[in-house]
Amino acid sequence: MNIAKKILLTLALMASGGAVVAAEQYIPAIDYRVGPYAAGGSGFFGGAIDYMTLVNINGGINGVKLIWEECETEYNASRGVECYERLKSKNGGASMVEPLSTGIAYGILDRVAQDKIPMTTLGYGRSDAADGRVFPYVFPLITSYWNQAAGMIKYLGDKEGGLDKLKGKKIAFLYHDSAFGKEPFPVLEAYAKQVGFELLKLAVPHPGNEQQSQWLQIRQAKPDYVILWGWGVMNPTALKTAQRNGYPREKILGVWWSGSEEDVVPAGDAAKGYTSMTFNTPGNYPLLDELKKKVYAAGKGNLEDKSRIGSTYHMRGVTAGILWVEAIRKAQEKFGKGKVMTGEQVRWGFENLNVDEAKLKALGALGMLPPVKTTCLDHEGSGAVKVQRWDGAAWKSITPNWVVGDRAMIRKMMEESAGKYAVEKKITPRDCSKEG
Amino acid sequence: MFYREAGQFKATYAEDSQIFPIRQDRIGMAIILLVAFVAVPLFASPYYFSAILIPFLIFALATLGLNILTGYAGQLSLGTAAFMAVGAFASYNFMLRIDGMPILIAFMLSGLCAAAVGIVFGLPSLRIRGFYLAASTLATQFFIVWCLTKIGWFTNYSSSGVITAQQIEILGYAFDTPMSKYLFVLIVVSVMALLAKNMVRSNTGRSWMAIRDMDMAAEVIGFRPMRTKLLAFAVSSFYCGVAGALYAYAYLGTVEPEGFSIEMSFRILFMVIIGGIGSVLGSFLGSAFIVLLPTALNVMFHFLEKDLGLELPSGISSSVELMVFGALIIFFLIVEPHGLARLWQIGKEKLRLWPFPH
Repeated sequence: MNIAKKILLTLALMASGGAVVAAEQYIPAIDYRVGPYAAGGSGFFGGAIDYMTLVNINGGINGVKLIWEECETEYNASRGVECYERLKSKNGGASMVEPLSTGIAYGILDRVAQDKIPMTTLGYGRSDAADGRVFPYVFPLITSYWNQAAGMIKYLGDKEGGLDKLKGKKIAFLYHDSAFGKEPFPVLEAYAKQVGFELLKLAVPHPGNEQQSQWLQIRQAKPDYVILWGWGVMNPTALKTAQRNGYPREKILGVWWSGSEEDVVPAGDAAKGYTSMTFNTPGNYPLLDELKKKVYAAGKGNLEDKSRIGSTYHMRGVTAGILWVEAIRKAQEKFGKGKVMTGEQVRWGFENLNVDEAKLKALGALGMLPPVKTTCLDHEGSGAVKVQRWDGAAWKSITPNWVVGDRAMIRKMMEESAGKYAVEKKITPRDCSKEG
Repeated sequence: MFYREAGQFKATYAEDSQIFPIRQDRIGMAIILLVAFVAVPLFASPYYFSAILIPFLIFALATLGLNILTGYAGQLSLGTAAFMAVGAFASYNFMLRIDGMPILIAFMLSGLCAAAVGIVFGLPSLRIRGFYLAASTLATQFFIVWCLTKIGWFTNYSSSGVITAQQIEILGYAFDTPMSKYLFVLIVVSVMALLAKNMVRSNTGRSWMAIRDMDMAAEVIGFRPMRTKLLAFAVSSFYCGVAGALYAYAYLGTVEPEGFSIEMSFRILFMVIIGGIGSVLGSFLGSAFIVLLPTALNVMFHFLEKDLGLELPSGISSSVELMVFGALIIFFLIVEPHGLARLWQIGKEKLRLWPFPH
């Protein structure tokens, strides 16, 4: 739009009494499309933006169009904070934020509560943020790392024919030596004690492109399973090194940041048979067809490489888009349909999210993600995961049902950890019985 | 015409040895301080405080720290981020474990902790120099981060090794708005920059420069290399430690050990190189260049895309931004290999002669 047009439009608006305010819901996209993690960033935000484009094409949320503005963070915490600060008050104020980076999420954790902007952290970040009493503005939707780790043990137990059959077994935990890699320690240790398996922890220093010594240790210890908690270049390296050391890939179970096409394709043959966690069931869905038909055919798609439509990261982004839009829709139900929601109102929407199977079916995404139902106490909303296997060409789901670990145990740990945080930060947890 | 020292006579030793011997410089400095302390808080928005000015000042302080070690004492170091990490985690522990700990004292103590670590890791500098020393300071980088992730006590047994900084509070006043945090950082940085400026003009600074220029000769004329080098490591680490504490307390709020990675050390080293090796002013210029330029480029590309309607495929602008940034660094280094501070000095000399150069 050129400037003259803009002025004319403003004048026209003023002439009509200024009552017409463009009904637009603004979401800042703090993303990253360059640098070592570009594959994840471009896929995820590509998916989310594709979905928002589709919602706009279909008429918005009760007529409210979504707008977004991108800002490149390069996965760098201080640039992410700058992006957040720059974008948060534009276009009438941000209604939510999703940085897809642990470092940035930590950097803006205090700020979002102060600015009253809800933040979603889909499948990463602080696990204990699921306790909504202490973290009212943070939503680790679907599944946190802790519930994922619990899901892994549950799956391995099921594979053996019962959790008690894991007793006396040996599980190696090969992890990226960082906050991300150490996050599931408390859960795995608790399970090891409870079930009685031996946990062998092996750290891989960043970036993880040399793992010979760790895999030699694994060869020596002969564990029954290896849990791979890696990301980036660490994943294909692990698979290739496993092949070289003759460790069967079928016994390796990856975290969901180790389970995308970008992780297994570089490993080539070595990745065949490898399994990983995910919170999307791989496959094709009516929703993806709709995206292709309405968004990509019209040349409005966000991904340059169309073959990535429906890939792991893209589908994760679409999932995020669905949950964002449903939260805004939910907020509109309470605070007024067809109105633009504020950050606080969207926060309420995230807290009362109820994306059930009927809803997913209507969206054309039944089975793509688990049903999500959040409350003031539980900001996670599901805790369910799936296991997928790479057959050399595509990911295939191998668990027909959603896998859920011992949620009660995890919940107790989350509350303890969140309580400790509340004491350190002098936060008084909310009383959930008083929340409407 | 305006920038001329003719007619300014120094009658006493004190006058002759002041920081800014030329009157115009004193006025200029006073204006800069006035702007920083009064005008900026009056007019800037929270975005400028918390996203631009605070990180700029904190990185300037860290760069100053590294400049003392590398620029003045000639000891190349790649462990800057590690010393910052020591500062951040030390002040967290002081605040957590000692009830009623005043935050400024905690920052001082955390600086001293960083200084102690700096002395230990500075020991190899007595035997090796140049690139080999840089390689040995790399060990600091990895060792400290490893230590902080490995030993739970440092992070108060947080499962993921992440700490959350407590609130800054002095005499009952909580520094919780972006502006108050900015002023807090500004005061700390100004005081420490003043100290640094005086230090490098004193006997200490001269001994560092003597060691830098030729350590054998410096030893012959009576400087003790061990003391001088270790003092440089200690002072430099102290500055970096305080910068790290500010990074955690006044900027991010929640930090993980991996945040203080080797990339951060390199960034600070680039700030020293671009700003000017061996210059206090250069530390500020370098920090401004590296912190602000990518943001400015990003804002500019947004403007091009949004307001001028330039349709770029997603991701292209991010890549172009990186390329422009890289090209600018190379351009500046070719035009002035001694950094932006030297560029400013040349400008000053030209200004003295203007408008009648010989």
